[in-house]
Amino acid sequence: MSTEKKPLEKVCLICAKGSLEDVYASLVMANGAVMEGIETNVFFTFFGLDGITKKAMNHLHTATTGNPAMRMPGGLPFPTMLGGLPGVESAVSGMMRKQMEALDMPPVDEFLEMITAGGGKIYACKLAVDMFKLEKKDLSDEVSDIITIGEFYEMCDGDRTQIIFT
Amino acid sequence: MSVKTIAGVEVNVSEEGYLEDMSQWNEGIAKEIASEIGIELTPKHFEVLNFLREKTEAKEGLTIRSVGKSGIVNIKELYALFPKGPLKFSSKIAGIPKPTSCI
Repeated sequence: MSTEKKPLEKVCLICAKGSLEDVYASLVMANGAVMEGIETNVFFTFFGLDGITKKAMNHLHTATTGNPAMRMPGGLPFPTMLGGLPGVESAVSGMMRKQMEALDMPPVDEFLEMITAGGGKIYACKLAVDMFKLEKKDLSDEVSDIITIGEFYEMCDGDRTQIIFT
Repeated sequence: MSVKTIAGVEVNVSEEGYLEDMSQWNEGIAKEIASEIGIELTPKHFEVLNFLREKTEAKEGLTIRSVGKSGIVNIKELYALFPKGPLKFSSKIAGIPKPTSCI
């Protein structure tokens, strides 16, 4: 049996959700791949488009209702009724962003720049862009192109390629 | 851990070739590790390496973001200096432990 290592050569990520944690999960994995010298493509679709839309990308929220993993500072459960009060989601999301900043996690716009600085590519889904009535100018300058899923799959060739859906 | 002779000096290295003791490092060692990776070191490389070593001595966590904000290079230039391993290769050449950061 061969023990030859076969390292990943390409990672293709699909980000379809627009909450703070979903977008950051995609960005951390994408940036991590670029840092490892792996060819990286990221495809933002549906609500994930918020992660590359200029107006929204630096103000992403985390859900404070319907999120059973949400805790109060100190670890107590976060009451669902509290999560629904006006302003709570904003405040909690702001706190999360602050904690992430403390770990040197950049804001979304800067994170996208880091990924493209290393050669990673960012794409927007054409169908979702049309659906949300967006245009190229509404999207981050780091977005290479607005493409179809078929075109994205064409970029996912190669036998050491992984597609990751978040 | 094993002992390896790099640039005529016996040093302790990890399984992946990172120096175990950063005080054993010198420029000759840096050049030899770099050439194994396929990088020819320039003065700019050494500026980055010295920055990494200073931060490590100060026990500060390293990220490519912090290097990008160092005033020495931006992130794009960092990738140009250490292709396919901006933090991994630079840390190895700088004689510091393998980076533990994800960013």
